[in-house]
This record gives sequence, C-alpha cells and structure tokens, in this order.
Amino acid sequence: MSNTKFSKEHEWITLDGEVGTIGITKHATEMLGDIVFAELPEKGSNVEKDGTAGVVESTKAASDVYTPVSGEVVEINQSIVDDPSKINADPEGGAWFFKLKLKDKSELDTLMNKEEYDKFAKETSA
Amino acid sequence: MIKKTALYELHKKYNAKFVEFAGYSMPIQYSEGIVKEHNITRNKSGIFDVSHMGQLFIKYSNDITDKLQEILPTDLKNLKINQSKYSFLMKENGGIYDDLIITRMKDQYMIILNAACKQNDLQIIKNTLDDQNLDMNNNLSLVAIQGPESKTILENVVSNVSKLKFMNGENFTFKNNEIYITRSGYTGEDGFEISLPNKVAISFVEELISKGSTLIGLGARDTLRLEAGLCLYGHDINENTSPVEANLKWAISKNRINDNFIGSHQIKKQIEEGVSKLRVGIKPETRVIARESTKIFDEKDNEIGKVTSGTFGPSVNASIAMGYISNSHSKKDTKVYLEVRGKKVPANVCDLPFYKKSYVKGEANV
Repeated sequence: MSNTKFSKEHEWITLDGEVGTIGITKHATEMLGDIVFAELPEKGSNVEKDGTAGVVESTKAASDVYTPVSGEVVEINQSIVDDPSKINADPEGGAWFFKLKLKDKSELDTLMNKEEYDKFAKETSA
Repeated sequence: MIKKTALYELHKKYNAKFVEFAGYSMPIQYSEGIVKEHNITRNKSGIFDVSHMGQLFIKYSNDITDKLQEILPTDLKNLKINQSKYSFLMKENGGIYDDLIITRMKDQYMIILNAACKQNDLQIIKNTLDDQNLDMNNNLSLVAIQGPESKTILENVVSNVSKLKFMNGENFTFKNNEIYITRSGYTGEDGFEISLPNKVAISFVEELISKGSTLIGLGARDTLRLEAGLCLYGHDINENTSPVEANLKWAISKNRINDNFIGSHQIKKQIEEGVSKLRVGIKPETRVIARESTKIFDEKDNEIGKVTSGTFGPSVNASIAMGYISNSHSKKDTKVYLEVRGKKVPANVCDLPFYKKSYVKGEANV
C-alpha cells in the first residue's frame, strides 16, 4: 500500500486514476472492537473533506466515519453493510467503505504516509 | 481508590481490558473480543467474575422472615431450604432501589446485591432489621459459569453439582473449603453461580479454564443478558420504574399482593388499575443500533417512550433493544419509530426474550 495515504481520523485512501478507495485502518478497528453496524454515504452524493461520510458501531459505541478528501461517491461497498464483521477481518483490503471521484487531488498532500500514520497511531493510543 | 476483585491478577494474565464499573476495575473483554466471548458462552461455556456484587448473609432469628417480608415482595415463608428467588428492594412509590437474588440457606439468608447499589441496600436492610452490625462478606468471591458445557466442566471440578435444579443451591467443597453453588445466572443459559473464599478464587477459576471454560468480560455479559431480556439495574429499572411497569410482576409472589411491604400500596394499585408505561422488547427493522435514551415515536410522530438498553445481539444476528413505551403502544408487533442520529428507524414491539433456551427444570423464569 505504498500509494496509500492516511488521515488523523484513521481512514485510509488509495488512488487509482481519478478514483480514490476509502476505508478505516486496522488500528481503528482494534480500538473500536467488534463492528456490528456500518452506514455508508449514498452513491452519487458529494462529500467534503473531513466531513461525516458514514457511521460504524461496535458492541460498545458508535463512531462517525470521515472522508479524508472531497469528491463524488461513485461506488459503495454494500457487503460491509450486510456483514459488518468483514471490517474487523480485512479493514485495509476487501472491507473498503466507498469510492470517490476526487474533486481536488492536492487534498491528498495534507494526509500522512504509512510510516507517519503508524507513528501517529502509536503515539495517540499510548 | 478503585477496588479490585480477588481475580484481578488472573484477568490481567488473560489480557483483560479493564473498565471502571461501580467503583471496581473490571474486565470489559479479553483478547477474544465481545462477539466471540458472547458466542463461546452460548455454544460452550464462559466464566464471569461477579465478585463486585454484594454478598450479604443474615442469620435466622425469630422474626427475621417477617422483617424481610416488610421490604421484599417475595413469599419467604414458603421458600424451601436452598431455594432462590428474584426480588426487589422498593421505595414507597413502587420505584426499585435494587433487584436481587435471595436464597434460604440452612441457617441464614443469602442476598446477592448489585455492586452499585449494595451500600444503600445494606443500610435499608440494617434499618429494617435494626441491626447496625450487619455487613457484607468481603472475604468471598462470586463466580458465574454459564453455557451448555458448563454443567460438565463444573462437575469435573465439583462432584455432584449437576444434580442442582434451576434456582436451587447447596453447599459443596473445593480444596477443603466450603463453597456455596446455585444453579442460576444472568445470560439466558444454563449455569451456576459459585460463592467461594477469595483465597481459592484464582485456583478455582484456573481449574475451570483447564477443563475447557473461558473467561468472559462485562461486554459480552451485557449482550447476553439483553438477548435474554433481563434487566440491568440503573438502566432498565431504577427508582422511577416499578416492577409492574418493568413487566416483572411475576417476581411478586401472588399471595403477597394484598400484604404489606414497602411499595405494596402502589403495586396493588398498578396491578388493579394498570400502568401508563411498560417495558417491552423492540426490534429495529435494520441493523442500526438504538442505544440507551433513544426516543421512540408512533407513526404520527408523537413521542411515546425511550430505549433503556440497546445493542447488537450476536446470537439473533440483529439489532435489539428494550425500553419503556406508553401502554397504548406496548402490544406485540406495534410499529414504532426510533430516532437515531436524526433519522426515524422503523421498529416493532416484540416479546422478550429475544433469545430463548430451555433452562433445567425447577422454575420457569429468570
């Protein structure tokens, strides 16, 4: 995941052409515990960088999912809505949340690379 | 200063994540996580440290039963030796100070009280019995083992325990220590609760683990009890809810409804005239979770109640909740709407429990 970027809200994004795939990090799932509910943005809707773009709930609590960049939602992963336990099983792979057609690629520059994120995650959870 | 149970070091050894609960540092989960721990209890066997609960023993004297009947709505006179009953301490207005289990042992009553309420309960009981020296036994731990394989596992550690009937107890020994075991629990599964000296608590639980049971945290305890439709004090019942409103009328002994006990006037009135709100089960039509305090609406958008507990039930694979709803909307299958994050989620009133398994004969409820 060398071209994957990370946000302080524990989302990841991988860019493929104009389209970014977004999910939540393994570290986030470990903090949340067993995820039992997921809500995603509507296909075709526009989301703004750092705005709410979904919800995940564990047996313990609800948490908002934020989008790390702005854009139009072009695809959502219905399989994680149908079976939210997939998010714990494969958060940085098959259990992506939604795909965005990016509005402004330069927004990616505000995000962290893998090394920076790992350090950030370690520091904030200590 | 946060309190620890005698099993604290064992929880640590098994990688517990701790939370503060009623002044105690208690395991919320271990490395398996809540859903797996829930399923282990439903399918095999789980061990719960409930030592934070109060264990009160009251020696028999001439008028002890009469005095306890002044504060408990339970028929204690017909309670057999080694039999347990679910009961309450109530306020004059019928509100509940605590729910509890009372057992008639050979020479004393044993009362198990909720951790958060036990000091207040103790004061009420002390005043009623006019015995200021009464105190909880802090030298004892309380361990529950729950789930279908628990009977066989516990039998391997304590012989003859499987002969116990539901809501009945008896004295047994473990490593030459006297222990008291009842067939009971709060998960909707067959199981046992063991009261034993602190000094043997760790070795006892280690033996249960070696025979195939697993430590389970408070997180799974909550999903298990909610699926079983059981109340959590401070959430589903409190000082502003009566046993009638909480749909726990069955726990009031029939031959005591016309008797005098604290709260009896209000209970009798509510049984005769009905109540305006009732505790019911609620099943959202989607997987969205309706947590405590979620508002409940009817189809005309009138607020008709509030959720008191809500979670995802792993064994029923659905979102589940319970709460109080106005009597007019409390019938099974009534369509209601839950306000979650600003949206109205359709839901249906349903019977409790959400998950049902048959208990070992002896008594139908709890």
